[in-house]
Amino acid sequence: MANPNGNHMIEIKNLDKWFGDLHALNNVNLTVQQGKVLVIIGPSGSGKSTLLRCINFLETPTGGEVRFMGNLFAENGKNLNSHRAEIGMVFQSFNLYAHLSVLDNIILALRVVKKVDRKTAKDIAMTQLEKVGIADKANKMPLQISGGQQQRAAIARALAMRPKLMLFDEPTSALDPEMIKEVLDVMMLLVKEGITMVIVTHEMGFARAAADEVIFMDYGRIVERNTPHGLFNNPKSDRTKLFLSQILNNN
Amino acid sequence: MEKSERKSFKEQNKEFPWWLVIIGLVIIVTLLLIINTPTFNEAFLTMQVGISTTITITLIAYGISLLIGLIVGLGRVSSRVIAKNLATFYIEIIRGIPMLVLIFFTALVVIPGAIRLLSLIGEKFIEIGWTFVGEPLAGVNIRMVSMSFRAIVALSITYGAFSAEIFRAGIQSVHPGQMQAARSQGMSYRQAMSHVILPQAIRNVLPAIGNDFIAMLKDSSLVSVLAVRDVTHLARLYAGGSFRFTEAYSTLAVLYLSMTILLSLVVKYIERRISINGES
Repeated sequence: MANPNGNHMIEIKNLDKWFGDLHALNNVNLTVQQGKVLVIIGPSGSGKSTLLRCINFLETPTGGEVRFMGNLFAENGKNLNSHRAEIGMVFQSFNLYAHLSVLDNIILALRVVKKVDRKTAKDIAMTQLEKVGIADKANKMPLQISGGQQQRAAIARALAMRPKLMLFDEPTSALDPEMIKEVLDVMMLLVKEGITMVIVTHEMGFARAAADEVIFMDYGRIVERNTPHGLFNNPKSDRTKLFLSQILNNN
Repeated sequence: MEKSERKSFKEQNKEFPWWLVIIGLVIIVTLLLIINTPTFNEAFLTMQVGISTTITITLIAYGISLLIGLIVGLGRVSSRVIAKNLATFYIEIIRGIPMLVLIFFTALVVIPGAIRLLSLIGEKFIEIGWTFVGEPLAGVNIRMVSMSFRAIVALSITYGAFSAEIFRAGIQSVHPGQMQAARSQGMSYRQAMSHVILPQAIRNVLPAIGNDFIAMLKDSSLVSVLAVRDVTHLARLYAGGSFRFTEAYSTLAVLYLSMTILLSLVVKYIERRISINGES
């Protein structure tokens, strides 16, 4: 049942996720078009990260379905790993492989998952490291470089797999303020390249500049969905207004 | 300035391993006794043939126990109900029984039972006409299984449970984000385990694994109850025959002490190498 338009990268229908008694996602419906950038905002505990992690099944949904390029995602499904290989993910805490150099971090999945030979994998890795501006750190261990550099390395690691979709889970939340910009700059580069992205972030300036669409989530539901201009300048729900005013007051 | 230098000299004195010097002295005194006193000399010569037995049994059993430990440890952290329960069952059984009892039980109950089962299976094969499989199986006899072999099996099974717990702790010490990152890139559980989790886990538990080796070297003395001719058994034989308990057991104690001290220095060295590499 591939969709007729063929340009739905992600289709989420009636998604539910329970953590024990906590209803983390409550009947969420969402589509992401190819080439678009979707930013998810909302207070902590609103289900943003859970929604993101359900897209590549790092969390298994309790109910509902997720389609990637028209194909149904399923736990223990044969295509689970091959789908994940096409979806890059960037984590709040970077999660670079601690025992490997920056270069080997990027090479590992190319070798193990995509069966690329070592020389080609190294070329791909160096290209991506140059793109994110840390080619000179290729032989460093993750803990020897700054947080901003680690996150850029993590982005390069995801990009090296030639993903069709990139997921960002609060990529700048664990960073010192002076390093946020270098990571956002790299992400802006990807936006300009037209990569499909879903981004959970608290960086409202970035959301405004980069997003095609912004959704506001609260208590596991999508409260409001609009263009960045519409959502930030003319929020319809009181909950969104309150959240935005709190964020703006803090800044 | 001068004061702080003097203080650091004092600190250095505090750091100096006096305990090691004293142990070294004890070993040297015993060595001198062995060289100069005929009775100590006789005791040592009787025991020394057992050193290689002790070391061989320990090395082989330790290698097997690491293998068991890795597999059972992986089962312990598995999300599969059967694997997890089997692993936990094994670990709890072993940890709940004294090692001496386990050695008797494995050597005198489990292994003879397994041998009897094999020969029964062999007889069944002969009944259905598969003599080429049946005859060698039916011919196995408990007397063909040496006590050293049974001792190795007993030590491996026992220590397998201990190292399984070490590996489990090591795997759980790796940040869960590492597994998530690997899975998010499309690696299977097995690939993520072998390429991302285990390399970090094993590194974290290397000191514990080294200490386990030392512990096993000491516990290998228990197999002397099976009449395996290790150093402890030979010391008991010598003491029983000559009534020179002081000579026999002092030499035995110092023999174990020098082996374990040497090993623990090696473990400390490795530990330091790892922590330096980890920081650099």
